[in-house]
Amino acid sequence: MSTQIASTSTLGVLGTLREGMRLSPAMRRGLGVTLVLAVLATTGKLIVPLAVQVTTDRGLLAETGVNVPLVLRLTALCAVGLLLTAACTSWVNVRLFQAAEAGLAQLRVRAFARVHALSTLTQNSERRGALVSRVTSDVDTISMFVQWGGMQLVLSSLQITAATVAMMVYSWQLTIVVWLAYAPMIVLAPRAQRALNVAYAQVRTRVGIMLARVSEAVVGAQTIRSYGAEQRTQHRLDEAIREHRNAAVRAQTFASLAFSSGVLLSGLALGAVVLIGTMLGIGGTLTVGQLLGFLFLVQLFTGPVQSATEVLNEMQNALAGWRRVISVVHTPLDVADPADPVHPGPRGPAGLELAGVHYAYPGGPPVLRDVSLTIPPGARVAIVGETGSGKTTIAKLLTRLMDPDAGTVRLSGVDLRDLARADLRERVVIVPQEGFLFNGTIASNVAYGRPGMTEAQVEQALTDLGLGPWLATMPDGVRTDVGQRGEALSAGERQLVAIARAYLADADVLVLDEATSAVDPGTEQRISTALTHLTAGRTSVAIAHRLSTAEAADLVVVVDDGQIVQTGAHHELLAAGGVYGRMHASWVSASS
Amino acid sequence: MPTASARAETPYALPGGAVRRSLLLIGRGLRSQPRTFAIAISASVLYGLGMVAQGWVLGRITDTVVVPAIEGPGVPRSTIWWAGLALLGIGLLTAVGVAGRRVFAGMASFDVQAGHRRLVTRQYLRLPMSWHRRHPTGQLLSNANADAESAGFVFTPLPFALGVLAMLLVASGAMLAADVVLGLIGVSVLPLVLVVNAVYRRYMSPAITKVQHERARTSDVAHESFEAAAVVKALGTEQLEETRFDAVAQDLRASNVAVGKIRSVFDPVIDMLPALATLGVLAAGTVRVADGLTGTGAVVTTAYLLTVMTFPVRAIGFVLGDLPRSLVGHERISRVIDARGYLSEGDQDLPGRGGLHLSTEDVTVTVPGITGGPDRHLLHQVSLDVPAGHTLAVVGPTGSGKSTLVDVLARLQDPAGGQVRYDGVPAPSVRTSDRTAAIALVAQNAFVFEDTIAENVTLGQVDPSTGAPYDADQVWEALRTARAEDFVTAMPDGLDTVVGERGASLSGGQRQRLAIARALIRRPRLLIMDDATSAVDPVVEQDILHRLRSYAGGVTVVLIAYRSATIMLADTVLHLDGGRVVDHGTHTELLARDAGYRRLVTTYQRERQARDSQEVR
Ligand SMILES: Nc1ncnc2c1ncn2[C@@H]1O[C@H](COP(=O)(O)OP(=O)(O)O)[C@@H](O)[C@H]1O
Ligand SMILES: Nc1ncnc2c1ncn2[C@@H]1O[C@H](COP(=O)(O)OP(=O)(O)O)[C@@H](O)[C@H]1O
Ligand SMILES: [Mg+2]
Ligand SMILES: [Mg+2]
Repeated sequence: MSTQIASTSTLGVLGTLREGMRLSPAMRRGLGVTLVLAVLATTGKLIVPLAVQVTTDRGLLAETGVNVPLVLRLTALCAVGLLLTAACTSWVNVRLFQAAEAGLAQLRVRAFARVHALSTLTQNSERRGALVSRVTSDVDTISMFVQWGGMQLVLSSLQITAATVAMMVYSWQLTIVVWLAYAPMIVLAPRAQRALNVAYAQVRTRVGIMLARVSEAVVGAQTIRSYGAEQRTQHRLDEAIREHRNAAVRAQTFASLAFSSGVLLSGLALGAVVLIGTMLGIGGTLTVGQLLGFLFLVQLFTGPVQSATEVLNEMQNALAGWRRVISVVHTPLDVADPADPVHPGPRGPAGLELAGVHYAYPGGPPVLRDVSLTIPPGARVAIVGETGSGKTTIAKLLTRLMDPDAGTVRLSGVDLRDLARADLRERVVIVPQEGFLFNGTIASNVAYGRPGMTEAQVEQALTDLGLGPWLATMPDGVRTDVGQRGEALSAGERQLVAIARAYLADADVLVLDEATSAVDPGTEQRISTALTHLTAGRTSVAIAHRLSTAEAADLVVVVDDGQIVQTGAHHELLAAGGVYGRMHASWVSASS
Repeated sequence: MPTASARAETPYALPGGAVRRSLLLIGRGLRSQPRTFAIAISASVLYGLGMVAQGWVLGRITDTVVVPAIEGPGVPRSTIWWAGLALLGIGLLTAVGVAGRRVFAGMASFDVQAGHRRLVTRQYLRLPMSWHRRHPTGQLLSNANADAESAGFVFTPLPFALGVLAMLLVASGAMLAADVVLGLIGVSVLPLVLVVNAVYRRYMSPAITKVQHERARTSDVAHESFEAAAVVKALGTEQLEETRFDAVAQDLRASNVAVGKIRSVFDPVIDMLPALATLGVLAAGTVRVADGLTGTGAVVTTAYLLTVMTFPVRAIGFVLGDLPRSLVGHERISRVIDARGYLSEGDQDLPGRGGLHLSTEDVTVTVPGITGGPDRHLLHQVSLDVPAGHTLAVVGPTGSGKSTLVDVLARLQDPAGGQVRYDGVPAPSVRTSDRTAAIALVAQNAFVFEDTIAENVTLGQVDPSTGAPYDADQVWEALRTARAEDFVTAMPDGLDTVVGERGASLSGGQRQRLAIARALIRRPRLLIMDDATSAVDPVVEQDILHRLRSYAGGVTVVLIAYRSATIMLADTVLHLDGGRVVDHGTHTELLARDAGYRRLVTTYQRERQARDSQEVR
């Protein structure tokens, strides 16, 4: 049961726009008014040609001699018109940006929330760096396009429409000629669009890969340095950078060629209008004045077609980005909240149960085969087994970080799939194998997820857990900065913070996945004794390599190669020998 | 791009005021891709010429073909055809110009971007760990992506603007030639554009700086949050993360809108200037014609030329409009590229074979304390000596400085005081490649690359003893020793199986074993294992260590461990607490005389005894 996020959606241009708008309702707000204003702003483009014409005909060449007052009045009026047009254009722009940015912010947050709602990250089937690009640079391309190109595109389309209408008034025959000249473009455009889609989708994918590589080089800095693997990493980075550059150049070249044909066609249109217009003139259908006026309109028509070449390129890039964001939002939820959640019953000791569970990671071999296990309420359970045997996978299923392929997981008799996520998290909390700290203080990390908790409370909690002496060694107590990913703390200290964080979440079931693997034995013992006292009566499931945990547990579960091979109390299992017996013997000899 | 050595002297950051920096930015960019830019600019000139030619030819055709054909004496049919073909031909040339300009301008701009990215990422690999710890990953992603992109932004419209500059000059000359006064009105557009731009820049620079900053923050929150996915899921704090991201997304929105507003005013104003000048020419021209100072023709010509100028002015507007963004992007990447503090590079070899003799004298590591307080000592005067082929176990409670010591021993960081020596040579004097060939560190958190198993073990490097790449047998042997053979064999493509990002498709212990194999294949002279076997079965661990000792010529081992059996394998033990050496000796000696040590290593034993006695009672 898993879903991979598609690298891009398959929507066409209009489909992308429509879906994009649907996902970002704020984008549509006030769109009508904006369009009306845009029409006004486009009309303003006619002011200068009009002024030139009137000045020449009725000012300079007036039959009664040069008419200075008229021209002065006219130009003053036109200047006011220009100012109004500029103001109008500004206003359109501002409205457009406001709506677009509000919409894009919505889209960003939606995609972000979706990534967290999916289980891909916990299954680790996605690159984090690449996912970051979906909520950052992919959305940025849309924003950039709206800022630098969107307005032009709107104005251009309006101008093309306006010019067509005006041309029809002069001569319908020549209007058809102009449109016919552009026919190849209209015919080929959809095909070119599709190819461009692919090319720009490639570019966005390459950005994702590039970011993933950068992220790897940064997060793996220590390993890279200690092995002198800089060269190799640089090579991989260079390759990603080069591939991105090549994809971008390819897409850009293709777009340029496709759309510079528009310029060629405008030459064709102009030539054809002169040719056929002259013929029509000779035939008496058209006067010279009409033809000249028409030629002027053809320029008004072809101008925007050309400036569109500047814009369409970025539009493709933006659409590709948009599609990638949309595809995130469209990825079906694999671990979804039920439509009709069952109430999990009152808080208190809860039991967990795995029944006939099978699981395989996406595209991988089966990892768990027919696993059944009953954890009674209030029990302290230890899960032991070789590395890679499937312990973490069991823990993830018990806490519904993923759903099993077959079989069920139940909490106090209720299928986890019937519980609302929020309810489940109130009951069951896991401390994952790789504790992660946020950049901040010890206090902010311990209190993570519990706004309103004071530093004093955090300190109290740490003291309760037997971590007072450790805290005393921290330079600034609970206010000590933990650094990026908590790297200003030692690995063991990070685990201590992670345990305190989970302890404060105050759930009925606490699952610890090798939560103290980097902690020294003394501290480990202190914290586990403290936890036993503090969570008395609650259920706890601990995965550990150090069998001291198993020795102290009520129930030991032995996992071997994806199956549970033994369950029982520590000395029952000891007496039975088997896998556990061997493991324990080796542990005792290693630790005494 | 300046070469690495030139960079040492010239900072990447641009000096001077806004104008100087803009010119430098453009100049450096142009010089970095001379050929591509030359082609793009030539194509752009061709395009400009095409535009002018079209207007001129259209006028000629009107006078000599269209009017005579319809009203006048008539012209031969072929002439009409030629007129049409001429326009088509010009269209073809213009189209070639447009295509050439766009293709090559794009190429140049992407090349500039790629150049920035290469420099930035080289720095990421070169700067010390301490620098990395100060900079959020999301921000570094943003520097390599969004900022590098912005820094190259201006180069897409640049050839366009430069190419049509000729058009602008011709038009200005023609205007002045037609009538000086009207020409001056027309030419005044240019200084006005610059003035408007100066005002624009004043508002735009801070606004753009803010946007790039917010973009980096957004990237950072997203990156951190996705890295924390397991914690978020585990604690069910998705809502909280969404709120956190929403906050930065809204900040970014606000700053994008702020930039948009400035741009919203700038673009129409730039568009309006030639139009206003046209009106000025019409008004002044009419007055001058009425006064008999100039002819009607001059007015019409100047007005027409001004409309021709609109386009180049707009192109220049594009460049000027993008400049602030590029400058800010450049400044942000310069901060990375100009960052220094590389670990010094030594030039001495480590010629010996077999185990390395490792020693330290009074190694002290400090970090800045809380504001106003004294520096905090993570290590305080740690001295140790591990003769060649010996094994040292470092034991100490959580946070006592073991990993910090390991970092210093492998020279991932230099101590603030004291000295680390390899075979008696001070660590900073040893050539980096010699050091990394001789020393292998298995870190506490195994890092696995998104690559094949084989690549993860060899890291694409060559076997220093043979000079050839490691072969599959060697890889298998290392995997076998690290007890990773079984799970790799079970993988669908064996050695060629690609493991997910950060080795995601492996369990924690499998990652550790892979990291151990990576260290073993190198046959290092010094092997440092920072609690690297915590997820490995004790029996397996013993086995790995025994095999290590059997290596020809021996190997010096420093290991951090808690299990007494592991510690007993060591010749000597160093007990560390609070960054200081508490005691140093054999396991038996320390057990006898160091109470803290005894408590630490016998914890499990005592626990077991306590439980057993409880049960007996
Ligand atoms: N995200 C994943 N994708 C594919 N395979 C995985 C993934 N995570 C774990 N595995 C595989 O599943 C098996 C069990 O892993 P895990 O449950 O983590 O073991 P452990 O018992 O050490 O906790 C291992 O063989 C591992 O390679
Ligand atoms: N970059 C850093 N900045 C500040 N403090 C640090 C940094 N790295 C480690 N520390 C602190 O130094 C101490 C020793 O850390 P470390 O060497 O990782 O301990 P361990 O013995 O557990 O490996 C810890 O208390 C940790 O908080
Ligand atoms: Mg595990
Ligand atoms: Mg450590």
